Amino acid sequence: MRTTDKPAATDERPVLARFPRPARLAGYALLLGFALLYALPFLVQLSTSFKSDPEAASHPLSLLPAAPTAAVFEQLTGSGGGGEGVPFMRWLGNSTLVTVVVTLGRVAFDSAAGYALARLRFRGRALLVAFVVAVMAVPPVVLLIPKFLVLNTLGIFDTYTGMIVPLLFDAAGIFIMKQFFESVPREVEEAARIDGAGVGRTFWYVVLPMSRPALITVTLLSFQGSWNEFTHFLVATQSSDYETLTTGLARFVSGGLGAGTQYPLKLGAALLSTIPVAVLFFCFQRYFIRGANAGAVKE
Amino acid sequence: MPTTATERPAPPPAERRPGPARVPGRSPTRTIRGREGLWGWFFVSPMVLGLGLFLALPILMAAWVSLLDWDGQSNPFTPDADFVGLDNYRSLLAEDGLARTLLATSLRNNAYYVLLTVPLQTALSLTLAIIVNQRMLRGRSMLRTTFYFPSVTSSIAVCTVFLFLFQGSGAVNQLLGWIGVKGPNWFQDSRGVLWVLLDAMGITDGVPGGFLADHRMMGLPFSEWLAGPSVAMCTLILLAVWTTSGTFMLIFLAALQNIPRELEEAAALDGASRRHVLRHVLLPALRPVMFLVTTLGLIATWQVFDQVYVLGQGDPANTTLTPAYLSYSYGFDNAEFGQGAAISFILLAIVLLMTGVQRFLLRERGGRGLSGRGLSGQGPLRQRLAAGAARGAVPAAAKSGPGGKPEHGEGKEAPRAHD
Repeated sequence: MRTTDKPAATDERPVLARFPRPARLAGYALLLGFALLYALPFLVQLSTSFKSDPEAASHPLSLLPAAPTAAVFEQLTGSGGGGEGVPFMRWLGNSTLVTVVVTLGRVAFDSAAGYALARLRFRGRALLVAFVVAVMAVPPVVLLIPKFLVLNTLGIFDTYTGMIVPLLFDAAGIFIMKQFFESVPREVEEAARIDGAGVGRTFWYVVLPMSRPALITVTLLSFQGSWNEFTHFLVATQSSDYETLTTGLARFVSGGLGAGTQYPLKLGAALLSTIPVAVLFFCFQRYFIRGANAGAVKE
Repeated sequence: MPTTATERPAPPPAERRPGPARVPGRSPTRTIRGREGLWGWFFVSPMVLGLGLFLALPILMAAWVSLLDWDGQSNPFTPDADFVGLDNYRSLLAEDGLARTLLATSLRNNAYYVLLTVPLQTALSLTLAIIVNQRMLRGRSMLRTTFYFPSVTSSIAVCTVFLFLFQGSGAVNQLLGWIGVKGPNWFQDSRGVLWVLLDAMGITDGVPGGFLADHRMMGLPFSEWLAGPSVAMCTLILLAVWTTSGTFMLIFLAALQNIPRELEEAAALDGASRRHVLRHVLLPALRPVMFLVTTLGLIATWQVFDQVYVLGQGDPANTTLTPAYLSYSYGFDNAEFGQGAAISFILLAIVLLMTGVQRFLLRERGGRGLSGRGLSGQGPLRQRLAAGAARGAVPAAAKSGPGGKPEHGEGKEAPRAHD
């Protein structure tokens, strides 16, 4: 009430924050509810992976396991005799291999192509920019059968090559890098050129070192994208040797095992497969957030 | 928008160099440009090859295969391939039969999925963005992280969690039990929610028969077209809303932070209430972003696949079947790749149509909605959003020209604007 003698506009707070106390308390309660809505599933997942099968079935909501057991994780990591039908370490190995190679490749190709499209003048560049934009508009799901066709024709269906190579080329990453390079001040490059550096040297020694934020963004997005990739692996492979965390887990989970069975194992596997991305996310949030907005301006 | 600028031929070299760097002759420039061409192609060649081979070529090949009866074994690009013309499309769209009924069912399912998911995710993400944008709020960044985290995790892992939560005797039904509601057997319940609701209110008795059941469109009875999403489909909708709202929240948040604070303050000075500010200042300014978010939502929701694969594979009673999954299952489960490819082209047509409609609406309203209200720097908000994203990456690029004129691509020289 005392604030009324001053005009509201000089208040530092944005308009929506100027709620009376009870309203604000209610607001906080609502917020807590929202936050729980987003966090609770993960908490339930975490606690369930430490439960036994019967306990998970009878007390799905209790957040503290009555008799915590790490049996699931021993089974998954193989120290407890391997899970039947869950060669988790194999999936993990495949996912890691594919993700590392794809991420490295994407960073290299995206930055090179992005730089050329942003800065170098050559015949056909405008057309290529249009091509990249058009490719981003192609709905990935439409490509399921087409991809299989190409992999089959090239003879790389059900191989690591077939899993990795098509993922190396990613129009969105090229676009992010291109946008970034366009915002780099030209003077720096001009100076390098005048000092006698060629295009390659300028790119490698001058432009790339300046591009750390964009490179980190593309690296993280590539990592997350290929770690979580599902449909491509689903159509590019057949034998269980090539199963990744996503395809393996999907087959394991969607199989007709009946409700209520082995949920601690399923949730534990899902939990372990989430951890790398989760760790990166919590360490490098702002780069992920930047990526979300970069994805929004596909124009 | 940057593309229009890049399509223009490069301005003469002399004009591009400010001040002392200007060289009268043309020959040194030309050699640099000449080598640039080679370097340019060297830099883009992997991308051209890759995108061409794994994105452009497949589409052409699939267009061909959609005209074949192909089982995935023989080589479809030899003369003895079984060419059937438009038969695949005909059986999907025009002829009575299983294929058409399945496609109609999947379209019906997906349409309900889109109709519910897109408005819900947009409303929820806008709400979250407005909450997280409150400067006074403590722990805003933690909230933002909490809301965004589901969008970052793998869809398969998240589906696994949902499978557990929504089981018949699972956590969700236990929660519902506390408030005296007996939850359904989510993943097994194929009843359309409309009939469930009408039944509960005593208006109908189960699924209506008579006229609605007897008359069909594309091989599907009217009662099924009207039934609404099945209970099982509702879990997919909840899942989609829950996982995508974080991403869209960030898009809204970026837009909110681009709205000049003076606008809010001016409105407050004029005595506008909070609700008025929200309705007459914030929402109109957000309209272009709203359209952007709904476009992205529309495109994504017509392609739902992972969740269908994990949660039901079309079951129960085909009520979670979607065109994307149907296409996959025709090809990889039944070895009818021709039919599967035809479905994916029908899906492509739908997505393109949706995008086209949204583009059209966006253009109409984006211009009028903002400039008509006299917002300062109305250069479409989308553009400022783009600038914001770029600014996040490079601080140096933050201030490029006054008000952001529509046509500033890379040709613009920063120094001139400052002097």
